[in-house]
Amino acid sequence: MIVELTVNGEPVTARVNHPGSLLDLLRDDLGLPGSKSACEQGECGSCSVILDGALVCSCLVLAADAHGSAVTTVEGISEPGALHPVQEAMHRAGAVQCGFCTPGIVVAAADLFAVNPHPTATEIKEALAGNICRCTGYGAIVRALEGAEIVADR
Amino acid sequence: MEIVHPRSIEEAIAGLSDGAVPLAGGTDLMVEVNFGHVRPENVVGLRRLEPLREWDGSRIGAGVTWRRIEKEGPTALAEAARTVGSPQIRNAGTIGGNLGTASPAGDGHPFLAAVDASIELTSAGGSRLVAWDEFFVGVKKTARAPDELITAVELPDELPERQAFGKIGIRNAMVIATVCAVVTRSEDGRTTVGLGSVAPTPIRAPRAETMISSAAKPTDADLAEFQRLVSEEVRPITDHRSTEEYRRHGAGVLARRLLERCLR
Amino acid sequence: MSTRTGRKVGTPQGVVGTSPLRPDGIPKLQGRFEYAQDLAAEGMLWAATVRSPHARARIASIDIAPALAIGGVHACLTADDVPGRATFGLEHPDQPVLAAQEARFWGEPVAVVAAEDLDTARRAAAAIEVGYEPLEALTDPEEANRRDEVFRRMRIRRGDQSVRGAVVVEGEYEVGMQDQAPLGTEAGLAVPDGQGGVDLYATSQYVHVDQEQVVASLGLRPDQVRSHPTGIGGAFGAREDVNLHIHLCMLALHTGRPVKMVYRRSESFTGHVHRHPAWLRYRHEADRDGRLVRVEASVVLDGGAYASTTSAVLANACYFAVGPYTCDSVAVDGVGVRTNNPPCGAMRGFGAVQVCFGYESQMDRLAHALEMDPLTLREINALETGHPLATTGQVIQTPLPTVEVIKSLQAMPLPEAGPSDLPTELPGGSGLTSEPQHVTRGVGYALGIKNLGFSEGSDDYAQARVRITDSGAVVETAAIEVGQGLVTVLAQIARSALGISHVEVAHVDTSKIDSAGSTSASRQTQVSGGATLEAAQRLRERILGQFDGDVLDDEGVWRGDTLVTPWTALAAGDWEETVTFRHPPTTMTDDNGQGVAHADFAVAGHRAVVDVDVELGLVKVLRVDTAQDVGLALNPQSVRGQIEGGILQGVGLAVMEELVMGEGVILNPTFTDYLLPTILDAPEVEALLIEQEGSWGPYGAKGVGEPPTISSTAAVAAAIRAASGREIERVPVRPQDIALP
Repeated sequence: MIVELTVNGEPVTARVNHPGSLLDLLRDDLGLPGSKSACEQGECGSCSVILDGALVCSCLVLAADAHGSAVTTVEGISEPGALHPVQEAMHRAGAVQCGFCTPGIVVAAADLFAVNPHPTATEIKEALAGNICRCTGYGAIVRALEGAEIVADR
Repeated sequence: MEIVHPRSIEEAIAGLSDGAVPLAGGTDLMVEVNFGHVRPENVVGLRRLEPLREWDGSRIGAGVTWRRIEKEGPTALAEAARTVGSPQIRNAGTIGGNLGTASPAGDGHPFLAAVDASIELTSAGGSRLVAWDEFFVGVKKTARAPDELITAVELPDELPERQAFGKIGIRNAMVIATVCAVVTRSEDGRTTVGLGSVAPTPIRAPRAETMISSAAKPTDADLAEFQRLVSEEVRPITDHRSTEEYRRHGAGVLARRLLERCLR
Repeated sequence: MSTRTGRKVGTPQGVVGTSPLRPDGIPKLQGRFEYAQDLAAEGMLWAATVRSPHARARIASIDIAPALAIGGVHACLTADDVPGRATFGLEHPDQPVLAAQEARFWGEPVAVVAAEDLDTARRAAAAIEVGYEPLEALTDPEEANRRDEVFRRMRIRRGDQSVRGAVVVEGEYEVGMQDQAPLGTEAGLAVPDGQGGVDLYATSQYVHVDQEQVVASLGLRPDQVRSHPTGIGGAFGAREDVNLHIHLCMLALHTGRPVKMVYRRSESFTGHVHRHPAWLRYRHEADRDGRLVRVEASVVLDGGAYASTTSAVLANACYFAVGPYTCDSVAVDGVGVRTNNPPCGAMRGFGAVQVCFGYESQMDRLAHALEMDPLTLREINALETGHPLATTGQVIQTPLPTVEVIKSLQAMPLPEAGPSDLPTELPGGSGLTSEPQHVTRGVGYALGIKNLGFSEGSDDYAQARVRITDSGAVVETAAIEVGQGLVTVLAQIARSALGISHVEVAHVDTSKIDSAGSTSASRQTQVSGGATLEAAQRLRERILGQFDGDVLDDEGVWRGDTLVTPWTALAAGDWEETVTFRHPPTTMTDDNGQGVAHADFAVAGHRAVVDVDVELGLVKVLRVDTAQDVGLALNPQSVRGQIEGGILQGVGLAVMEELVMGEGVILNPTFTDYLLPTILDAPEVEALLIEQEGSWGPYGAKGVGEPPTISSTAAVAAAIRAASGREIERVPVRPQDIALP
């Protein structure tokens, strides 16, 4: 079937031949490899996107079910040529190592800051509890986001 | 493959009668798809079906997400909701989907058992209410017929004022319950215990309930006996997540602590 | 010609000792960084692997016809299709590229397919009919030992073996099988070059050793295979061994098309080696003052079905079986057994992790028996520079600040008393199992030691090239950036040595440069860093010599106040320097395990603070503070990142991470059931960097990647022991181990 959706503000159309995830659609068909596949079961958050306003794991969204939806991926989280304050803060704090979890954490953190511009450490941890990072031990991520001067905009 | 996005319950049911697979939040079904265990060619997409998202007092639409229950649900159900997966999972996963999967470890089930909730199943022939203990029939098996849609959860009009949820897991987020439980206690002393992950389906602990319900002011000895009875009544297994012995122990301790919380 | 009048003598930016931001940070944050998973090529096919569902089985037949009958399938290859050497292996080539007559572990590759798309490839893999005849699997390491199914035995005897102490403690300890679980699964793309050769872009910690193994198994000339460093999502030891590399190259050459493969998570759990599970027996004897007089240890590691690095891991476990302590009477016996369990090999800490849990548990027992403070006991026995390593007798030549580590830990303030009343800070977290009255606090300490660099006479070298470019300089290397920050630190070293600000690092393929060795053993900062430093220094000297200058900076070559050669002129020349760096030589030890087996050492200590709900057996790790010997912190922010990340992997092993085996089958090969610590499980970390120059690393730097993982596990276990009163003889500590001992 033909799936029509809005991705990062742009209308897109794709053919879906077999039951696959929105994540695969984004990565393999729409040329948006920023969302990562690491567990295929919603247990790591690497594929986090914002679907119709809600933070979800795109590996758990049936691509065909995204027909008519609006999706924001890591590629669309910031204005072109600019960094989202979350990205800026994480870069400065050394919160990126291998980086495989990073796009998902950026999306989840941006989702948090959109509704809570000054989260506490506990709120940051609750919001990122679905995002596994294997490299950093999370310390730099929390420090980055605690110190981030982030204005809600989405 | 094809998907239909029905605009009414009737359309959804009509879709199902063609053998299509109902898809709510996707948090269970898509794992099966990704792992190659199932390959649904026809799907009824329920995510945006507005009537399923209605929440009217004691009637919770099947499409209500855990995210919303976490904020708006009765105490122990809200506490359970907060332990469902991760923020991403709670944004997508629904109470109806949880029931459809009917995992023995479903985080929402002990509450439904403890308050004697019913599940509303709707087909072309109309709706029927199925008591929770008739709805769950085995590991990931329910009384839902293929042409039926889980449309709502019906809670009693009056919920016990005291209620407490607890879930044992060895990680502080995103963890499958080793044991989970809800204890409720009414003003008259009537106590219920709903338990998950300790049997093929969610269960109650009737002997423990009877014993403690008759104790107006439970003593330490009563609490110990309550714990012992709960441990005795559960029917857990040993698997890669835990042992039968620990689950028995954990169920008893957890139920006792939740009761203590209710009594405070 | 400009002059320096009024010009501040330029200190280059981003030198050693500072923390310049990662050059790959922004691309990674924006999702633009290219990982092996993201690679694509024109006309690309997708590959999938057929794996044995048995821990051991005879392969009676393989029928690929049903798979080939599926439209879009281009190749189904089995053991018969391996053109060259049928086996591979990091140290001993004993592992079949594809299982032939017998499959020896659950998940062993039996066939590979390539098809037009991933869905078709997976369907084709499922359609291949393999006739298995299950055989009895050997899964008990003790039984394997009895049957002499071993990869290596180790015997270490040092000093007078008849010495006895007044105080004796004995213990038996067990360490479960941990997985590296890098977030990016194995992935790669092989592209045929049209002339019989192939370019491979795949997840790797060591491209040259991949290339050698591909060459052997494909029966090609070395110049026909080029292995390219590519973006990878973590490693931690999981990417030293070949897995999909040979398969991809076979499929690419067979089909004449680029072929891509990405492992699913469940495949990844079978597709790479794991940390060896270990069974340890210890006997420590001390005099009444607490001096260790004799240590006896027995180490059993389950190597699984194939050799991988079991021999080296076992050696490491045995050499560090006493820990950072002196003792002059030592006996260690070790064995790495061969079973039908999953192959085990390299993981961060490489054998030192397992024994640390054993010897540190023993040190606590000894302190208890002596009624002595556990840190005091450790200080009394601390191994330092000038002392012989208790096992091999090698005299420590480089700085080893064990006492300073201990004193630093002692001085670090403890957190406020009492459990928090925030649910997320209590055991059980938002599961709401535990209230403050259910919780006991415990504090535990552990120290760990490990070698840096390869050991036992390995020719451990790294080549690096520094080349002048229009904008500054580039460091070319085949060393792999796995996330640790090598890409930052090599540039820092070159900036410091050259005196310029603009240096980039280029990861080049195996045809462009000689090996940098593996990104493992905490070695690249020292070894590739050493090569970079020497190349940059030589280049600077040659440039200054050529132009009779005295200063090189971003503008060019200066003589006094005069810019004699502007950068543009320098860049027009052909300035480059290639250096192969070798660390001080090591030797294979003798029959008693004696000798100079190691090039350098690092020590670290951890103090864990835990809250334990003893009745339910639930643990909240609140803090893990550390003091670590780092030589010199070339990039303090990266060092801290390694420390915090390494500690959390140690915490994971202490309380949740374990591959659970059932008759050779991994029962939990998913992220639902192999639990990695989440942000809500991560302790607070205070890290003190102990800097003492004198190591042979660049500017005195030591590798920092592994020490955080070595003793953090043991420290958490000690803290749980203190809180619960349980013996805690096994990690991970499971709820039932505390609640129902």
